[in-house]
Amino acid sequence: MKLFEYSRAADAREALERFRPGTMYLGGGTNLVDLMRLGVARPDSLVDVTRLPYDTIDTDDGGGLRIGAAVRNSDLAAHPAVRERYPMLARAVLSGASGQVRNMATTAGNLLQRTRCPYFQDVSRPCNKRRPASGCPAIPGDHENLAIFGHSEHCVATHPSDMAVALAALGAQVHVTGPAGDRVVPIPGLHRLPGAAPERDTVLVPGELITAVVLPPPPPGRSHYRKVRERASFAFALVSVAAVLDVDEASGTVRDCRLALGGVAHAPWRAERAEAALRGAPATEEEFIRAAEAELAEARPLPRNAYKVPLARNLIVRTLQELVR
Amino acid sequence: MAEITLRVNGSTRELDTDPRTSLLDLLRERLGLTGTKKGCDHGQCGACTVLIDGRRANACLALAVACDGVEVTTVEGLGDEPYPLRTAFVERDAFQCGYCTPGQLCSAAGMLAERGPSAVTPDLTGDDPPLTPEEIRERMSGNLCRCGAYVNIVAAIQEAAR
Repeated sequence: MKLFEYSRAADAREALERFRPGTMYLGGGTNLVDLMRLGVARPDSLVDVTRLPYDTIDTDDGGGLRIGAAVRNSDLAAHPAVRERYPMLARAVLSGASGQVRNMATTAGNLLQRTRCPYFQDVSRPCNKRRPASGCPAIPGDHENLAIFGHSEHCVATHPSDMAVALAALGAQVHVTGPAGDRVVPIPGLHRLPGAAPERDTVLVPGELITAVVLPPPPPGRSHYRKVRERASFAFALVSVAAVLDVDEASGTVRDCRLALGGVAHAPWRAERAEAALRGAPATEEEFIRAAEAELAEARPLPRNAYKVPLARNLIVRTLQELVR
Repeated sequence: MAEITLRVNGSTRELDTDPRTSLLDLLRERLGLTGTKKGCDHGQCGACTVLIDGRRANACLALAVACDGVEVTTVEGLGDEPYPLRTAFVERDAFQCGYCTPGQLCSAAGMLAERGPSAVTPDLTGDDPPLTPEEIRERMSGNLCRCGAYVNIVAAIQEAAR
């Protein structure tokens, strides 16, 4: 591991003051420390932000919930208000990583974790995300677990977070402070598609620091998070879906629907085509299939991850069916 | 180098540490607490599991310098004999080579103190869902056992939880 300077900030102002080119903020370290050990991340200095006063979950003035950036994933999933009002979010967080990792990982760190693309994590191989313009061996190589939506000739990586998929379906707002002041970035919107600059995972600029994630009031209807992976636990999603479905009982038609997919793109993928196809339609299996297929018509699978297209289709249909049962 | 103060198994330890040193290496190489094992060193196997301020964590992913002021419990400090989890592991033959066992014990101790649901809990609202074998398997998924003693590990934890 490359030598670095370590310091701990007591508040956001101190963290921003200490940020220099080559600095990275340290949260729970479950991804960053590993990437430093692998030689993928090589910061000159770390500013530890885990002891900033952002470790609480509070009711927001808008009727939602304000989750501090330093709240640990396990505390987020166990919080009574999250379990009762945003069960889909609790499920998504609980389906990620292990008990140990969730005890360490923070809310902001979960959002800012890097892809687990095997080439990104292997410094002996080219990777446009790790070393711009070096090439993408995943496109002709091992891309079984990589993107089917929104990828480019430069990068086919996926974003690994489960939590972010639920936040995308809920329409969460990420509160950020930085050298140019405070701002609010929505999810989806925080994570970029790779385009010609896959080295940039998000729209944040150097020095910016996430302070909180604010959830709007829970949407009407029922919600669920389902995840398909290679083993029963402690594995990243091949495909996951966060779904909210609001059905008018009298007419049996869909009043509103929100669908976000994980494991399929460089960002949590909001399935807007499927949502549009479902609004006003009967809440039936045929319509769920039609909506899922409308979304997946836009997929551009690679030779070895085409299985994700029927997998995502079936997962969307199955999850929506469960929500009307 | 940075000066840190830790409480390890009840004793206060003041140490100078390189910022690159993991809590795992500090425990093993500096404090001689070799019960905590290095398996993958990437947070994937759980052999290095310790309790940090009472919560289970992967010591390989924690920078020692970031642990200034915390309380660490390793397998050596889990509890006096007879310690129910340890007894249950012995009686249930919950290991073969034993390399993962300190991590399994620390993880189980941390897990048994946790409240709330897991990914397999049907009802998210209860604080203490029944600790079925399915729940134990899910909650212990951060601890691998390459000898495959899982069946007896689950039985041992279930017995200790009674």
